[in-house]
Amino acid sequence: MRLLEYQGKELFQQYGIKIPKSYLANDIRQAHDAASKIGFPLILKAQVTVGGRGKAGAIVKCNSASELDQKFTELQRKEIKGELPRGILLEAMADIKKEIYLSLFLNRSKRCYSLIASAEGGVDIESVGNKVIVDIPIAGLGSETASDIAHKLGLGGNAVQLFVDFATRLSRLVSEKEAELAEINPLAVIGDGSLVALDAKVIIDDNSLFRHPELAKYKHVSELEMQAETSGFSLVELDGNIAILGNGAGLVMSTLDMVADAGGQAGAFLDFGGSATTETIYEALKVISRIDKIDDILVNLFGGIVRTNLVAQAILDAYRDKVINVPVFARISGAESEKAKEMLKGSKAKIYDTAEQAIQAVVAEASKSMKASAMSGRADHAAGRGQTTTK
Amino acid sequence: MGNNKFDIFDILVGSEGRPDYKKKPVIIQGMTGSYGSTHTRLMKAYGTNIVAGVTPGKGGQSFEGIPVYNTVAEAVRVTGAQISGMFVPAPFFLNAAKDALESGIKLLVAVPEHVPIRDSLAVLELARSKGARMIGPNTPGVIVPEIMKVGIMPAQPFKAGTTVVFSRSGTLMYEVSYNLSKNGFGQRLGLGIGGDPVNGTDLIEAFDLIRDRKDVESVVVVGEIGGDAEERLAEYMIKTSFQKPVVAYIAGRAAPKEKRMGHAGAIVYGNYGSAESKTINYAKADVPVAKRPAEVPELLAKKMRR
Repeated sequence: MRLLEYQGKELFQQYGIKIPKSYLANDIRQAHDAASKIGFPLILKAQVTVGGRGKAGAIVKCNSASELDQKFTELQRKEIKGELPRGILLEAMADIKKEIYLSLFLNRSKRCYSLIASAEGGVDIESVGNKVIVDIPIAGLGSETASDIAHKLGLGGNAVQLFVDFATRLSRLVSEKEAELAEINPLAVIGDGSLVALDAKVIIDDNSLFRHPELAKYKHVSELEMQAETSGFSLVELDGNIAILGNGAGLVMSTLDMVADAGGQAGAFLDFGGSATTETIYEALKVISRIDKIDDILVNLFGGIVRTNLVAQAILDAYRDKVINVPVFARISGAESEKAKEMLKGSKAKIYDTAEQAIQAVVAEASKSMKASAMSGRADHAAGRGQTTTK
Repeated sequence: MGNNKFDIFDILVGSEGRPDYKKKPVIIQGMTGSYGSTHTRLMKAYGTNIVAGVTPGKGGQSFEGIPVYNTVAEAVRVTGAQISGMFVPAPFFLNAAKDALESGIKLLVAVPEHVPIRDSLAVLELARSKGARMIGPNTPGVIVPEIMKVGIMPAQPFKAGTTVVFSRSGTLMYEVSYNLSKNGFGQRLGLGIGGDPVNGTDLIEAFDLIRDRKDVESVVVVGEIGGDAEERLAEYMIKTSFQKPVVAYIAGRAAPKEKRMGHAGAIVYGNYGSAESKTINYAKADVPVAKRPAEVPELLAKKMRR
């Protein structure tokens, strides 16, 4: 779960990590309230989870109350890399003397937590040559290690102790809140010599949320994603018109690749897991049916853990109940696949022995729908999909 | 890196002539749950010598004639098992794994998905200190075809042979093994690395398990986007001049960036974790990458002829 900046900063505050004076505003009235508390000039920061906000124009300086109306409204409506802001953070300007980079993250390669720090903050850390990387014991970052790092960053005097304090508090946040990443970029040394976290990027381990009810309020998923999650599915919405369903994340990814190779465009990725039943697969089709752009459904099923005849029954039920009316192309192999094939004979579902055959067929069909929609416009197509797809 | 002397074949199969050869005792944690009981039945039918189940509070009961104990310590004392198949739900994983490792279990097969990363790290640390190994979490398990299996993989795709399949994905392990079996490449071992960001046994450690084995002629690595396990494996192969022919598959070439594709570990940030980066590094180690699962046996056959 990737937190927004202001959410990360709320956690920072709880852990005594200093942040600039800032307030979240969701409308212009709140914005003026916030501005009167902060004073001008101030910074407007669009709250989105995508990276590279600065370059994308999501961070704007605002000099006066008269500028605020226009700049706030503009930013509120601005789509940043496909994402609309969930609020605007108004923040006091900082008198920056020096910018540092600091992050703690789950190091997959080493299977431990690591810290990265650099004296060159405020830029993309990937592009920085001079960085300190230290592995951290599961118990957390010790003061001595933190002090060593501070010296390596060229900090001196009072700043060393301030950095130690910052880094150890961040480490405590990472262990207690089970973050995969907590990044402060930049961590600013300001005019009075103190340290302030100007940005916050925090990712929480989704699998740990069951023991963090206090973080539930930060969860942001669409109704559709929620429906999928409640049913135990992994769903990723994509741009094309073919929905790809299967039993296992790897298999669905692999199918996605093969569809792309064949010239098709996937519109949804749905893994219904290994212990799926007729009910859950029916649910999966229900979820898919809510995505308008889907013209065809591809089911790639490797049997064994899933009883394939149960899947066939789910498809039949979904047609009967008019949950779906688009064609289903299914590759079914494994336990009881012969029975599944027999069951689906005569329905709008077509069964194939190999993934390659099913993919070829679905891509051919889906490209016809693509052409049809290109001629009539996507919206018309979506509205009239009952006709276009009932062939 | 871990204990290189860990002999997984000795743990799983044992040595010829010994009374427990091909009959190594296995316990199942969470055997009485619906998931655990279904797969206990299937594992038993495949030939796995399941000697006990462990479910706290259900000690004294039995399932399919297999006794259930409250703790792993009790089960181990009675049966001498060194292997535990874990079928407990993720929130109970940490305590169940500690119970197992502190009771002398040497191989943990951690099936549950959605285990918090901190719990995996804690169990990994404990396993290391006990000279034990964890496979998973989020793994389909481990199979020695036609002898035994601990996990949830179906039996049909696997045939005995001399190829080893390591996989970060469950269904793709079945799919690739099925294609291998169909083309005459039976398997000596199938091992699910797991779909999580942190794996109890990573690809390099998995390779160490088989690098000196005479009964292993080739290796297939089924990978996916996310992390740098494949990149590091390629580096390791070059550095240690790994001799056996290796063919790889990578799922997720067409996946968008910064989206978790079903597995917790399958996510690309920038170029980190991308299929392209993995393919480039495999090329340096002379490992061909199949475009589709069905292409794996073709590439392997070519590689073996050289």
